[in-house]
Amino acid sequence: MSYVTHTDADRAAMLSAIGADSIEDLFAAIPPELRTVGLDLPPGLPESETVSRVSALAERNRIWGSRSFLGAGSYNHYVPAAVRALVGRSEFATSYTPYQAEVSQGTLQHIFEFQTTISELTGLPVANASMYDAASALAEGAFLAARHTSRERILVSAGIHPEGREVVRTYASGPGLPVSELPLEPSSGRTEVPDAEHLQDTAAVLVQQPNFFGVIEDLGPLADAAHAAGALLVVSQNLVTAGLLAPPGQAGADVAVGDVQPFGTPSNFGGPSAGFVACEAAYLHELPGRLVGETVDADGRRCFTLTMQAREQHIRRAKATSNICSNQALVALAATIHLSLLGPRGLYELGSTCIQRAHYLQQRLVVLPGVSPAYDAPFFNEFAIRLPMDAGAFAKELRARGVDPGVPLGRFDSTWSDVLLVAVTEMNAPADLDAYVGAAADFLAPGRDPHGR
Amino acid sequence: MGDEGQVSRLEPLSFERSRTGHRGAGVPSAAVETAATTELLAGATRRSRPPALPELSEPEIVRYYTRLSRLNHSIDLGIYPLGSCTMKYNPKVNDELAAMRGFTALHPYQAEEDAQGTLELMWDLEQALVTVTGMCRATLQPAAGAHGEFVGILMIRAFHRDHGGSSRDTVIVPDSAHGTNLATATMAGYRVMELESSERGLIDLETLRSALSEKTAAIMLTNPNTLGLFEEDVLEITRLAHDAGALVYYDGANLNAIMGKARPGDMGMDVVHMNLHKTFSTPHGGGGPGAGPVAVCPRLEPYLPSPLVSLRSAEEGGAESRNGGGARGDSDDRRFFLDYDRPASIGRVRGFYGNVGVLVRAYAYILSMGGDGLTQASEDAVTNANYLRTRIGDTYPIPYDRICMHEFVASAARLKKDTGINAGDVAKRILDFGIHAPTVYFPLIVPEALMIEPTETESLESLDGLAQILLDIDREARETPDVVSSAPHTTPVRRPDETRAARHPVLRWHPEVTDGPPAVPAE
Repeated sequence: MSYVTHTDADRAAMLSAIGADSIEDLFAAIPPELRTVGLDLPPGLPESETVSRVSALAERNRIWGSRSFLGAGSYNHYVPAAVRALVGRSEFATSYTPYQAEVSQGTLQHIFEFQTTISELTGLPVANASMYDAASALAEGAFLAARHTSRERILVSAGIHPEGREVVRTYASGPGLPVSELPLEPSSGRTEVPDAEHLQDTAAVLVQQPNFFGVIEDLGPLADAAHAAGALLVVSQNLVTAGLLAPPGQAGADVAVGDVQPFGTPSNFGGPSAGFVACEAAYLHELPGRLVGETVDADGRRCFTLTMQAREQHIRRAKATSNICSNQALVALAATIHLSLLGPRGLYELGSTCIQRAHYLQQRLVVLPGVSPAYDAPFFNEFAIRLPMDAGAFAKELRARGVDPGVPLGRFDSTWSDVLLVAVTEMNAPADLDAYVGAAADFLAPGRDPHGR
Repeated sequence: MGDEGQVSRLEPLSFERSRTGHRGAGVPSAAVETAATTELLAGATRRSRPPALPELSEPEIVRYYTRLSRLNHSIDLGIYPLGSCTMKYNPKVNDELAAMRGFTALHPYQAEEDAQGTLELMWDLEQALVTVTGMCRATLQPAAGAHGEFVGILMIRAFHRDHGGSSRDTVIVPDSAHGTNLATATMAGYRVMELESSERGLIDLETLRSALSEKTAAIMLTNPNTLGLFEEDVLEITRLAHDAGALVYYDGANLNAIMGKARPGDMGMDVVHMNLHKTFSTPHGGGGPGAGPVAVCPRLEPYLPSPLVSLRSAEEGGAESRNGGGARGDSDDRRFFLDYDRPASIGRVRGFYGNVGVLVRAYAYILSMGGDGLTQASEDAVTNANYLRTRIGDTYPIPYDRICMHEFVASAARLKKDTGINAGDVAKRILDFGIHAPTVYFPLIVPEALMIEPTETESLESLDGLAQILLDIDREARETPDVVSSAPHTTPVRRPDETRAARHPVLRWHPEVTDGPPAVPAE
């Protein structure tokens, strides 16, 4: 299958119109020593064989469904069928960036819906048209703060996802911004509020809400400390909390970033998702990425267009606020539609179900022998527990009992080898929670040596 | 803005359609015994007012977004000849495969043995991309082309740091380059030096020689370049750069021209990014998600972002021969893992491993096309571009007029001089014919540029249709210029007031309150 239409007769007629004797004439500009003849790849397959080959790979993956308790930045929430049906429309899926507004109102208007939705959920007045993901949006949020404050130092909470921290460091290595870390309070798991000395010359304080360990941060004191020192507070927010918890804007944050994956997009082994950046209006000119604005057309009718492009690479070139060009528009659309389907009531209920089920499970796990909460501050739908053994070994045992119990954190930091991060969503039914508790109780039962000796 | 109420609305926003009490999606109740949510959140600051999400039923939402979709042009509706964007047909089967639950429901932190199908796909895709480009290894992590550029330049920076080149502070970029190249170099902490193109639209070797110095970290090259011309001196360019101690970055935006014909690796390129949403036909989604894998030569391999997908050796329970199943003979025997043991890596540039849903589509595309199909795609892409160039070149002069690769840049400068109608007007008038416009005003070195890339999936009839429209517009511009200068006329909306949008930014919906939206500071 090569998806081309031409017959050999078409090709001959076109070559003749061009004035070329053969197809080789069209490639004559390539120096002979560079010319290759074809590619060392297998011959193409008919569609049916492509399907069987690729399906076989999909089937080789093991899917845990409602018995999975993995989160850590990628969550198993239900995606309504209407989301898939609408996002799958080729008018949305097979269009390009909406450069020609007159034939792109569908995309432009749904991005405007997205910007409004993110603005509402973050409690900040301005949001962009999407970024790649939460981690890269966090790094761009730090850059925004550095530009706005004309400072360089970035303070990153140890409660930010380790991969998010790594991305911030990678991005910061470009312009050479120094990055240092803010520790967590050992018992609560909340980010320690830095003192004025610690905050000197700091452009941005970066925290995550809830943080990597599931702990709900107290953003107010962090915002106050950052502002007193002339720094901005950048919060990476899980939007599932947005119906219940104070959004970053309400809590005093200057910039909110995050990932829309919980709404409308399955895990997909980590991508694609879509990130976002929202901020106070004062930082609008520092925002990276596309922005869609409302205007009127030549007939005075309301319409939408890409706007404030003087910030962007195709206009400002070397002086752009970011090099971002393609973003994640279709994933942003999925999130917008899912959130519209939920509405304010549904978003509240979703958060509430997740919280209640997470607490139900946590309360039953931490009374098992040797299990304790890693931190004691309030959590939302994700929590960390300490185990009397290596968390990876525990997870393996529970998988053998039919439950994928969470993310063993030793993969990120060897000092966390006995910590398991457990996420609960509306997809984990009460029976799944009980199955988890049952499997864990069975494995950790008194008299049974969890080390297998 | 007291007249807002008089402005007619093509499609009211979901927020404007909202009716109290309408619901689209139900949520299961918790159905477990715990304390009330408010008690569980004691000690956390609660939201003071609910977010103003729309309240709509599922039928209302489906109808609204379906109606919105009809306001878009898309590749499934007609030719989309946006130069440098490679808007080719996106095969339907690829979407179907990417939507399989075995791929979509896989969590990024599942145990290695649970993820072998996706890991194998990523490995095989990397091998195919390395074959097409003639490089050594590739990362699939970057989410887009510009993201890939950033990875590439950071790797170059790390290489220089380790090889006594920390004082190299400049990246050379031709004046025909995409804006992303310059923005990327800046983001990576480099100074940008723009290189003037020669009269032939190519890099001038003398200009390059004088630009190169012990301060040069890299040169970023698009080949074929944005004029659609192959850099004939590419071997000399990479040799000069390497002799000066600089590395060469290959922007793969135009890779669709040369598959099976030439490989960046053979040209002496050190880093290559690819846009899977261009060359490898994954849908662009109205602005993403795409994917921007980056392939490297051996000396840059240590710097690739972590992790890479790697193959376990036989001793580790990997490739021992069990049976000969699978079309590749060995596919059932290989064991893959995520390799984090990369001490020289630049680190990661995003969470997790890449836009895997996009990778599945590109992989299926490559399987379907095969080596022969990809070569045919490049041949037909180049034939189509040259055919269109020949059909319209007399009417819209082509400043660098010779055999082109997959795209060419015509100019409306003569038309503007004769009639006042500019490239932007021509583009707008094209929209009236139910197709998309070319890229306009880029590259910057061509006045009144119309950058046209038909791609290989357009039929002869489709190409003739576009050519005829362009010729008709030239005639119209001379006979009835008002029709062109006020175009489009048949699109869902007409030209937007861009100045108003930028001067008085309205970037979100606001409830209709008397004091209007909050003020935004002027630039």
